[in-house]
Amino acid sequence: MAAAAAALRSEWTKIRTVRSTVVTLAAAFVVTVGLSALLCLLTNHNFSEATRNATTPFDATATSFGGIILGQLAVIVFGVLVMGNEYSSGMIRLSLAAVPRRGVLLAAKASVVLVLALVVGLLTSFVSFLLGQALLGSHSTTLGAPHVLRAVLGAGFYMTLLCLFSVGVTAMLRNQTLSLGILMPFFFLVSPILSAVPKVKTVARYFPDTAGRAVISVYQPADAPYGPWTGLGICALWVVAALLGGWLVLDRRDA
Amino acid sequence: MIEARGLTKRYGPHTAVDQLTFQVRPGVVTGFLGPNGSGKSTTMRMILGLDDPTSGTVTIGGYPYRRLPNAGRTVGALLDAKAVHGGRSARSHLLSLAQLAGVPRQRVDHVLDVVGLRDVARRRAGEFSLGMGQRLGIAGALLGDPEVLLFDEPVNGLDPEGILWVRTLMKGLAAEGRTVFVSSHLMSEMALTADHLVVIGQGRLLADMGVREFLDRHSTGFARVRTPDGAGEQRRLLAKVLTDAGARTEPEPDGALKVSGLPLPRISDLAHQHDVRLHELSPHQASLEEAYMRLTQSEVTYRSGVPAAGAAEEPWGTAPHPYGTAPGGFGESEV
Repeated sequence: MAAAAAALRSEWTKIRTVRSTVVTLAAAFVVTVGLSALLCLLTNHNFSEATRNATTPFDATATSFGGIILGQLAVIVFGVLVMGNEYSSGMIRLSLAAVPRRGVLLAAKASVVLVLALVVGLLTSFVSFLLGQALLGSHSTTLGAPHVLRAVLGAGFYMTLLCLFSVGVTAMLRNQTLSLGILMPFFFLVSPILSAVPKVKTVARYFPDTAGRAVISVYQPADAPYGPWTGLGICALWVVAALLGGWLVLDRRDA
Repeated sequence: MIEARGLTKRYGPHTAVDQLTFQVRPGVVTGFLGPNGSGKSTTMRMILGLDDPTSGTVTIGGYPYRRLPNAGRTVGALLDAKAVHGGRSARSHLLSLAQLAGVPRQRVDHVLDVVGLRDVARRRAGEFSLGMGQRLGIAGALLGDPEVLLFDEPVNGLDPEGILWVRTLMKGLAAEGRTVFVSSHLMSEMALTADHLVVIGQGRLLADMGVREFLDRHSTGFARVRTPDGAGEQRRLLAKVLTDAGARTEPEPDGALKVSGLPLPRISDLAHQHDVRLHELSPHQASLEEAYMRLTQSEVTYRSGVPAAGAAEEPWGTAPHPYGTAPGGFGESEV
């Protein structure tokens, strides 16, 4: 127990004393809020045009999270850095010499990331939502409207889960550059593209990001195979798998 | 106390560490000596539970490292001075390690003082020179005030003053009753620092003995004999007499004779019998470096193309090599 508390303190020190981790986490907030605000502003000014071909009712909540597509990348980078810095610097050997029970180290990292990403994620989602609604003017919604609070909380949870997923993947790959090289293109290009391809789409729906983002929409697509919370649950399963894999690699392989 | 029993590490067909059995006792500095690539770092990593042995065991105080209670405060290690996040200050780096090991944070400033990095504690470690990096690594090893200390090539990149400092530090730590295990590929450095030597080559144990004993066993002595200057016939006579008595002699550039294979009193007696006056008769010991190279020469993994001078030819060596490498064998295997 004492070892766990010590490891948590140490991980917090590691994160706050390196500029890159602090900057990426701040960027997640700034990018998401900024881009979402811009999207809301534009939507409000060109409302009829923007919603002309829509099949579902206008989702004011989801619109105010439009920036999450880019903001999530910063969250992913943060997760990769927290784990990958150990390998890129060689610090992992010092860390494991200090805490030979390797599960403790990974658990401490994941826990600190969980708390930080959750705080930043929820802050981001609430600010993004409130600012976005203010900019949407007459088309805005409120937290009291049906499903809106779920979506706002869900957006924070979603960012947290993606961050933890990155930690797990990096623990498996043990390489910062490789992890970024796989995760960034996947979430920015591969997943969105595959989600648009017929047939493949049905598989892509179960990718961590597509599944997790279901929770952000107030209105679900008519053909959705799962509900918003189930979607987030699928995303959480990915996270559990990635962290489990990371733990196995860390525990079994030579450091 | 570090104890290795039959410690072996294989990477595919390559055996990095081969059946190592040795003990590292408290209270003395134990030098871990071997050429580059001989398995020193791999052994260190296995001691620290970072790499799993293919077979055999290594324990600290009876525990395998990964089951050692309070490992972070019992054992301190310097493995790689560059294993620091370049963007983190020296102080933050040590603080994160201290917190991880459950060491009070006051120790951070204390070890920074000990290694002389207090003034640059807030600078980013990435800006450090190799020597400062070594000092930071050593500070990390000292953080937990540990009973057992491992240092992998601690003097790399240090200036002479730094080397002297490390030497004094190691001896001081051992004098306090700690177990100090220091690896190096420099015999000369270990001769000055260590009390006990564990020598390996190609992952195999070559020697496990006190430095004094190692010297006696592996470096053959010789005598320098000088006859009066300008008396060339006296020198030729003495050389013949000594050779007849079973010695090997070799003229030195300054006119002296290098004599091996005979004890000093015997050389003196023979000179007296043949009425040769001596202006010098002094004992010498072949350097430890030479002894070490002779011991490891057959085991060098990354051998340079040119035979090292002094290792290849051996003008005064007489004793057969205890590990079966005949004098001059290096040159033969080389071509």
